[in-house]
Amino acid sequence: MKKQTLHVSLGLLAVLLLVLIPQYGFAAGDEVAAVLEGAPKPSRLDYPMIWGISGRTVVWSMAQMHLFLAAFVLSVPLFSLATEFMGTVTGDDRFDNMAHEFMKISMAAYSLTALVGGGLTLSLFLFYPQMMGYMLKVFRGQVLVYAALFGFESITLYIYYYSWDALRRGNRKWFHMSIGLTLNTIGLTLMFIANAWATFMMSPAGVDPATGAVTGTIWEVTRNPLWNPLNLHRFLANIAYGGAIVGGYAAYMFLAEKDPVKKAHYDWMGYTSNFIAILGFLPLPFAGYWLMAEIYAYSQQMGITAMGGILAWLFIIQAVLIGTIMMAANYYLWSGLMRTDRGAHYARYVKYIAVVIVGGFLVWVTPHTLLLTSQEIQQLGGTHHKLLGPLGIMPAKNTAVNLMLVFTFMSFQMFYRSSRIPTVSWAKAGNMFIVALYVIGCINIVGAGLYGYITPTVYKVGASVPQVVTTLTIIIGSVIIDVFRLRGSKPETVHWGRMSERSQYALFVLPVAFTWLMGLMGYIRSSLRTHWHVYTIMKDNSAEAYIPTIGQAGNTITAITLGFMAIMVFVFWLSRLGATRQDETEAPS
Amino acid sequence: MTFLRVVLFSVAVLLVFTGFANVLPQIQSDPPKEEIIDTGSLDMAGMISLGESLFKGKGTCTLCHNGMGRAPDLLEMNLAETFPERLKDPRYKGVAAGKEGPKAIEEYIHESMVDPSAYVVAGFGKKGTNDTESPMPTINKPPVELNEIEINAVIAFLQDRAGIEPTVPLPSAEDVVVPDESSSEGPDVATTAEDAIDKFGCAACHDLFGSEADTGPPLAGIGKRMSRGDLMDAILYPNDTIAEGYEADIMPQDFAEQMSASELTLIVDYLLNLPE
Ligand code: HEC
Ligand code: HEC
Repeated sequence: MKKQTLHVSLGLLAVLLLVLIPQYGFAAGDEVAAVLEGAPKPSRLDYPMIWGISGRTVVWSMAQMHLFLAAFVLSVPLFSLATEFMGTVTGDDRFDNMAHEFMKISMAAYSLTALVGGGLTLSLFLFYPQMMGYMLKVFRGQVLVYAALFGFESITLYIYYYSWDALRRGNRKWFHMSIGLTLNTIGLTLMFIANAWATFMMSPAGVDPATGAVTGTIWEVTRNPLWNPLNLHRFLANIAYGGAIVGGYAAYMFLAEKDPVKKAHYDWMGYTSNFIAILGFLPLPFAGYWLMAEIYAYSQQMGITAMGGILAWLFIIQAVLIGTIMMAANYYLWSGLMRTDRGAHYARYVKYIAVVIVGGFLVWVTPHTLLLTSQEIQQLGGTHHKLLGPLGIMPAKNTAVNLMLVFTFMSFQMFYRSSRIPTVSWAKAGNMFIVALYVIGCINIVGAGLYGYITPTVYKVGASVPQVVTTLTIIIGSVIIDVFRLRGSKPETVHWGRMSERSQYALFVLPVAFTWLMGLMGYIRSSLRTHWHVYTIMKDNSAEAYIPTIGQAGNTITAITLGFMAIMVFVFWLSRLGATRQDETEAPS
Repeated sequence: MTFLRVVLFSVAVLLVFTGFANVLPQIQSDPPKEEIIDTGSLDMAGMISLGESLFKGKGTCTLCHNGMGRAPDLLEMNLAETFPERLKDPRYKGVAAGKEGPKAIEEYIHESMVDPSAYVVAGFGKKGTNDTESPMPTINKPPVELNEIEINAVIAFLQDRAGIEPTVPLPSAEDVVVPDESSSEGPDVATTAEDAIDKFGCAACHDLFGSEADTGPPLAGIGKRMSRGDLMDAILYPNDTIAEGYEADIMPQDFAEQMSASELTLIVDYLLNLPE
């Protein structure tokens, strides 16, 4: 026991040190600040032309690809550690094996992430030397801290992965998990630093607004208004994303395997990954609200550019994608009811949930796509459009999305309930209470939505807060009740592997839609800066300072996504290759 | 086989998303153009036109000042009443406090643009500031950055809407604004009248350069029929007045957004001097 505490505290110490290191970096760079002059003002000719290549497209592709890979390799250790912990607590080796397998399939992606990151840096310096020069001035030594952390991250990652079997049991397991904790801490720190660069470009802080000369400390620059909202948003999105990708892997293995034992394993892995993806996904809209609210608070103009300007159309695509994700996830959960014998009992509710999900989806999408007359497109020209009003305000859409979240959760709840028979005396009463929670909650969500419609206030965001609170109350409330209600329950056999082939395709929709959606959101986030490298501080005078049309953006994002899919196929293939051993008899004679 | 099916399925899903992105309206948003305003030849009607196009374009004013209640709807409300009321409001402590008349209104509008928080219209302040802080950007600072002449043009436009004779000074030749060197002009801004007319395809509908097109009215000798300001109006807002015997909605409505002020001036100068 003593040894164990020692290991844990050693791990914590390492974590603490790592958290502090950036602080040292921050302090050291500050003297340099005094001698800095303002932001450069490059003219069009200062942007290198290299063989007529579109610099922006190269940087865009590199950045997006790096982000996809980084999101994947950062999130896998996160839920790998959580799964490992589950395995230790429950003593169920299946968890531990799965956690190990999670890591295995992300290992090959890691070096590719670094490689593409290098490519991104190179292309940024090639095509935007002035902008990068300025960013380096602003962020000073932090870049070095980042590089150092990257080194630590790699070392820790390799130790975590390769020591898995050596540190598998007893106290050693705890040591192994503290390595995992260190790994994740470094990983998150890396992401937070990179986020600071991106958000500084959107909402600069710590620099003189007139000239761009650096006046603040690194910490002030880092802690710009949009930093934390983006940190949270990306953190959650990464989890959802990593889960979705691993789910895709499991689905593929499920389809490819013939052995029922392995099939069962991959079915279970697919289920767990899907669960992780949804877990990260459910709170994401709320993180999105926060980010949007902070954007409005930072600059109303930027907020309106996003929600009411030409980018408004993008949020319609976003709605379609999120709707697709929800429908796929739900379809998968419903198919999962086949796995238990009591599932049929719940299957009869599926059609009602389907109505709500599809209905919510339609509410979300229809009214806005009906507005496509050429006259309007012309009017939309530079700024905003009157008829887009409902979009900027969207009480109806908020209602729809909250209901969809609630019912997605219900699909999930049905499955885990179908696998357990409660034995506590108040099981019925508890159930009634949960039903009441759902009913009152839904009435509340719809009511708040209606209220949002009729209030004359401009920012109807106000009405969305009680909706969000209600959604969370339903979810958290019914989980708590169920935890107690199912205490000492009789487990029902879950026939892992008893799953239709078709259901697995839902697990492919998720990663594809997530990847594309992330690309789209990246395009929106960058476009908010309009023709500025650093908003209001440093203008983008390059020939490509315009915001491309949705179609162009969509094509670019699709191309990047295809590239990413190819990389993933390669990564998975590598991880399988490592496990394949050629038999002696197969050798050519 | 499984592999192929999975890949085909995923690509199909991707293509649906891509297709959807391509059927939505396609709008490219260009950075505002830095323009050389040919100020020597701008009369008050021209100022008002310029102000209107700045208000709806580069100034991004309509982003907030519209019918959605984010900011006072300057294009719809009765400005003739509103502005004098603002000056009399006891909460108003700005530069024009206690004054009245057109000049005071000019000062009020000017202040609204360069120091928005000096006076915040009740109910429109930033959340939680109790109407002491305006969400409106400072118009002569980034990201909007209108220069003094452009600000005057917007004021002229708003004064005109309020039914008063604009009191802002006309720009003189010395004021010619040269855009700072850093932002070289885009390669596609026309520099001669012929190029500009070519670029916007006027000759496809009007009988120019001997095109004999008759979709739009002949423009020969138009300088005798129209003033400079009216001509600008006819180009930027063709539907405001329709030439006799012709129909509305045929001439493009978006020249205000497409043209730089320098191109507009080139075209107008050229047309004014067209012989009959
Ligand atoms: C980001 C939104 C936003 C933008 C962009 C914006 N405004 Fe405003 N404006 C407001 C708000 C909100 C108010 C009301 C609060 C106040 O008085 O400051 C206001 C007030 C005004 C007023 C005073 C109105 C009155 O009723 O007394 C004038 C004049 C004005 N704006 C002109 C402009 C012009 C001209 C532009 C473009 C160059 C512009 N605004 C751009 C938000 C905006
Ligand atoms: C698609 C055809 C079309 C194009 C292109 C076009 N116009 Fe026109 N124009 C018309 C029509 C039709 C009218 C008459 C209806 C009206 O007044 O709006 C008109 C009217 C006018 C008038 C008012 C004439 C009068 O006697 O009242 C002017 C001035 C004018 N156009 C200038 C231009 C200029 C300059 C361009 C290029 C920048 C241009 N037009 C491009 C179709 C066109």
